[in-house]
This record gives sequence, structure tokens and C-alpha cells, in this order.
Amino acid sequence: MEKNITHKEHTHSYSIYFLVWLALITLTGLTAAVAGINFGKLSVVVAIVIAMAKSYLVLTEFMHLKMEQKAFKVFVFVALLFLTISFTLLFTDYSFYVR
Amino acid sequence: MSTQEHVEEHVHRDDIRSRMGMWLFLFSELLLFGGLFLIYSVYRFMHPHAFSIASKEMNTFFGTMNTIILLTSSLTMALAIAAIQRGKKILSICLQITTILFGAAFMVNKFLEWSAEFREGNFPGSAVLQSKPQGQILYFGLYYSMVGLHGIHVLVGMTVIAFMLRFTIKGVINKDNYVKLEAAGLYWHLVDIIWIFLFPLFYLIT
Repeated sequence: MEKNITHKEHTHSYSIYFLVWLALITLTGLTAAVAGINFGKLSVVVAIVIAMAKSYLVLTEFMHLKMEQKAFKVFVFVALLFLTISFTLLFTDYSFYVR
Repeated sequence: MSTQEHVEEHVHRDDIRSRMGMWLFLFSELLLFGGLFLIYSVYRFMHPHAFSIASKEMNTFFGTMNTIILLTSSLTMALAIAAIQRGKKILSICLQITTILFGAAFMVNKFLEWSAEFREGNFPGSAVLQSKPQGQILYFGLYYSMVGLHGIHVLVGMTVIAFMLRFTIKGVINKDNYVKLEAAGLYWHLVDIIWIFLFPLFYLIT
């Protein structure tokens, strides 16, 4: 019961959502703008970092992860950790693949 | 506050676990798309040049427009939940309709984009595509399967929100019980996050 009450107290504010949306649009503009610049192999890294920043904003603000109990955060962290492990293990193999 | 306690005592309802259940479902979606992103990364690693050439044929305008549309639809969805929390039923209904319309706009854009690609002969199994190097064939194969699967998710999301709209109108979703709308919102935002990654990987790579 205590938990439900805490949940009720988090009435989400409209203004934060508009700010988050503005940040997301700005980051979209940024990622489109820097795509024109040739960073060589760093291009994909820049694109992924910006995409991660956008996802972080969506996860914490729009998906209310910021206000959820710790268990939710741990779950999401573990899920993303395993995805990272998959990519890492895959490329420990493919990095040595001779084309 | 007292209403919430009252409901909690007599009806067995647990919003936290409901949302947890939705998150668990989202993790299965993460596996689905995660696997596709793994395939993408390997093929791109093996055919960097072909992927670069093929991605230049993408229409960045459609991609950027759709990104803006989907991000804005996420905003209206989040606002719809905030509105129902404050008991503003009409506002929430309007915002949910807006979200569905943005989803429809996304699909219309997608239709126009794919029609253009098909006219150029860039569709799976076409003679034009078959004559291209293997890396480019793989690129277009991934493009259609990943963006297509994402498109199906947008359609499902629109359907789910349409049901939520009905629940809101009927009062099943109200000021004190809006966990269904929150779950639909979580799904919609996940679809948004997937697009956030698809957009630079298919439209912007050089």
C-alpha cells in the first residue's frame, strides 16, 4: 500500500516533458548535422553515443524510470548489460576475422 | 489518496507489478531487436563500403521527418498520462488521439518512402538489387526486415493506444486507475527508442 501511495505522489510535470522533447529534437538535429562531417571510423561511435543519450532521456523521463523503485533500474541495467556482453563477445571473435 | 487506498483494500490491484510485467515484456522485445542489431553490426563490419554506398540511396528527409514525428508522438503519449493523473479526461483523450495520428503519419511517410524505393527497384529479390554486390543486398535485406518489423510495432502500438482511448472514454482508465495507459505508453516509448537507433544506422552512416 505504501508503494502505491508513493507512486501517486509522483504526478508528472508537463514542462519537464516539453524540455525533454526539445532536447531530443536538438540531438536529432545534431546527429543529422554531424553525419555530414567525416569522422572516419568515429562517425558510427558519435551516432551511437547520441542515440544512447536520446534513449537515456526517453527511459528516465518518458518511461518514468527515474521515479520507479530500484528493482526496475536494476532490471534494465542487467538487460542492457547482457546485450553489451553479447556485442562484446561477438566482436572479440569478428575483430580477428580476416576479410 | 484515500481513493487509491480504498481501491487497494477491496480490489486486488498492484500497479507496480503491472508495470514490472510490462517491463519484462519489453526486455523480450529488446532480445528480438537486439539480435537483429547484432546481425546488422556483423554484416556492416564485413561490408563497410557496400553499406556506406547503399545507405546513400536512403532518403534522409523521410528518415528525419519520421524521427521528429515519432519523438513528438512520445511527448503526446507522456502528456496523455500526465493529463489523466490530474483527472483531465478530455485533454488525455485528445492527446491519445494525437499520438495515434502521429503514428499514422509515420506509417504514411514509410509508405511513401518504400514506394519510392520500390520504383527504383530496391526491393528484395528484384533484378536491380540482385545485380548489386552482396553487401548492398544484405543492407537492403536488413533495412526491410528491421524497419519493417519496427513498422509492425508502430501499428501494434497504435492499436493498443486505440483500445486505451476506448477505456479512457468509458472511464475504465481514470484518475485513480491509469496503469493500462502507462503500460501502453511504455510500449510506445520502446518503439521510439528502437527508431532512435535505426535512424542513424540506416540513414546517416557514411
